[in-house]
Amino acid sequence: MTEPGAAASPLLEVRGLRKYFRARGRGVEERLIKAVDDVSLSVSAGETVALVGESGSGKSTTAYCILRLENVTGGSVFFQGQDITHLSARSLRPVRRDMNVIFQDPVASLNPRMTIGDIVTEPLAVHGIGDPASRRARMRELLDRVGLGPGTAARKAHELSGGQGQRVGIARALALEPKLIVCDEPVSSLDVSIQAQILNLLKDIQQESGVAYLFITHDLAVVRWISHRIEVMRSGRIVESGPTARVCEEPREEYTKALLAAAPVPDPRAMRQRRADREDLLAAHEPTG
Amino acid sequence: MDTDEVLAVRDLHTEIDSPHGLVRAVDGVSFSLRKGRTLAVVGESGCGKTMTALSIVGLLRHSNARTTSGEVLFGGRNLLALDRRELEDIRGRDIAMIFQDPMTSLNPVKTVGDQITETLRRHSKLGRREARARSVELLAEVGIARPAERSGAFPHEFSGGMRQRVMIAIAISCNPQILIADEPTTALDVTVQARILNLLHRLREQHGMGLMLITHDMGIVADVADEALVMYAGQVVEQAGVDELFDHPEHPYTSALLAASPSLAGGEARGDRLAAIGGMPPSLIHPPSGCRFAPRCPYAQHPDGCADGPVPLAELRPGHLVRTRHPASLLTAEGAR
Repeated sequence: MTEPGAAASPLLEVRGLRKYFRARGRGVEERLIKAVDDVSLSVSAGETVALVGESGSGKSTTAYCILRLENVTGGSVFFQGQDITHLSARSLRPVRRDMNVIFQDPVASLNPRMTIGDIVTEPLAVHGIGDPASRRARMRELLDRVGLGPGTAARKAHELSGGQGQRVGIARALALEPKLIVCDEPVSSLDVSIQAQILNLLKDIQQESGVAYLFITHDLAVVRWISHRIEVMRSGRIVESGPTARVCEEPREEYTKALLAAAPVPDPRAMRQRRADREDLLAAHEPTG
Repeated sequence: MDTDEVLAVRDLHTEIDSPHGLVRAVDGVSFSLRKGRTLAVVGESGCGKTMTALSIVGLLRHSNARTTSGEVLFGGRNLLALDRRELEDIRGRDIAMIFQDPMTSLNPVKTVGDQITETLRRHSKLGRREARARSVELLAEVGIARPAERSGAFPHEFSGGMRQRVMIAIAISCNPQILIADEPTTALDVTVQARILNLLHRLREQHGMGLMLITHDMGIVADVADEALVMYAGQVVEQAGVDELFDHPEHPYTSALLAASPSLAGGEARGDRLAAIGGMPPSLIHPPSGCRFAPRCPYAQHPDGCADGPVPLAELRPGHLVRTRHPASLLTAEGAR
């Protein structure tokens, strides 16, 4: 595999992105929550960039701004060289063909009333691609690609396990052959053995199709395995970024070090050795709230 | 009997009624918990780890599940034979439990101080004033800053990690001999998780509690456990001390679980695949008649009776129990021949 990122202009480029929310409540003074505050990042064709952070870091909000599921407060999002920051819903349509999403809770993100076949066919119908017969054929191809038998097409979301549900989510995201898929914690709710199946599938698909992933997660071990580059987010800002091996082996920021020290590894001796260091690193990052 | 043994579970069977039939959720589970030691119970969704815990503390009454046979021996008594009142005296005082989601375990309309005080007053002879003072001490012990002030706060005013600390304060308030923690950090961020695990580790040492920690995460097992029990499809498939388990896993399922997790150490090259376990766990309504892991096991195609009847849990080495016809050490020996 050639190393991605060699192309001149990136597939996705985010510059100085800001997303502020107004928080108000009874007896509480209105204040501005800077969920995303001056975030810049880029993703090249065929590349996997991990956006890593804990809850409230702004990683999912960043993803939703990129997908234009949230309106942005400031900054800009360029996709395939086009500024999509303020495009209207109509003008966004062609963009949506090339940029898709996979969510964390696979079964909840599928319409419970529709059959799996219709769920996977829907994006093709919405974008007016092919006729019903060719769409069905494409749907069967997609289900087969994600490892689901043809019998799955007639079933509904509640009849599926979490792993099967996520395979359907991936098939739906692949239907329009996107250039970029935003994966929002795609394996966080799955059991380890199923998680490995889905991660392998995502990597295979990338190697075949050259799709790029913006991979949102809190799990550094998953990131280590799947991503080319890492962006570490905290409190709405990117605190460290770099190639995966560099960030994991020689983290520069104290916060990245604390995240790495906190991640449990399946090695009892290593964990015992880390216990003391971990106390110190975590003490330095005691939350104030 | 081992003098350090605080809890002995013998051949526990628990069933759940479901619209599709009887689910054998816990099928002949046995183990001991020792004073000041941590036993991790590890497995994936539906393996019976939580049902085992709920059966021990008798929290299945008024549900569609029931323990049908077995013994849970604590202080010379079989907890399964106690009536509701006797069990309630033990639960909370001698055996405490914390759960994954602290918000649903706490009462939203009572201050956290009141909730700790309530437990103290229920199980000890402390007066109101002493119980209140003790609840503030407990909040300090679990690492809550400004405990006197914070004891007047409601659960929603705390973060997830702080709520779990409150749950732990309630759990340890009566100096229990046993603490059962069911996925206590699964809903928390990694840095918060590490702090909670450190806290549990310290409290276990200071109070000499037997800690039973239920988790799906082999990293957490490596972090806090002395001994581990791997469960699959309602049964214990492997049991050993942690160093032994991670150095020499014998059951194909344990090896597969370890191989399926990506490593932070970056042993794999980026092009490598993870060793996924194919298929899914079996139905516990109609479990396979032979080895329950056989349908997913890479070694089960040998004509050696994997499907021919239940596989017993056997002691392969002292303290290392395994339920398979294909322990790793035997496969290695065969390979060498």
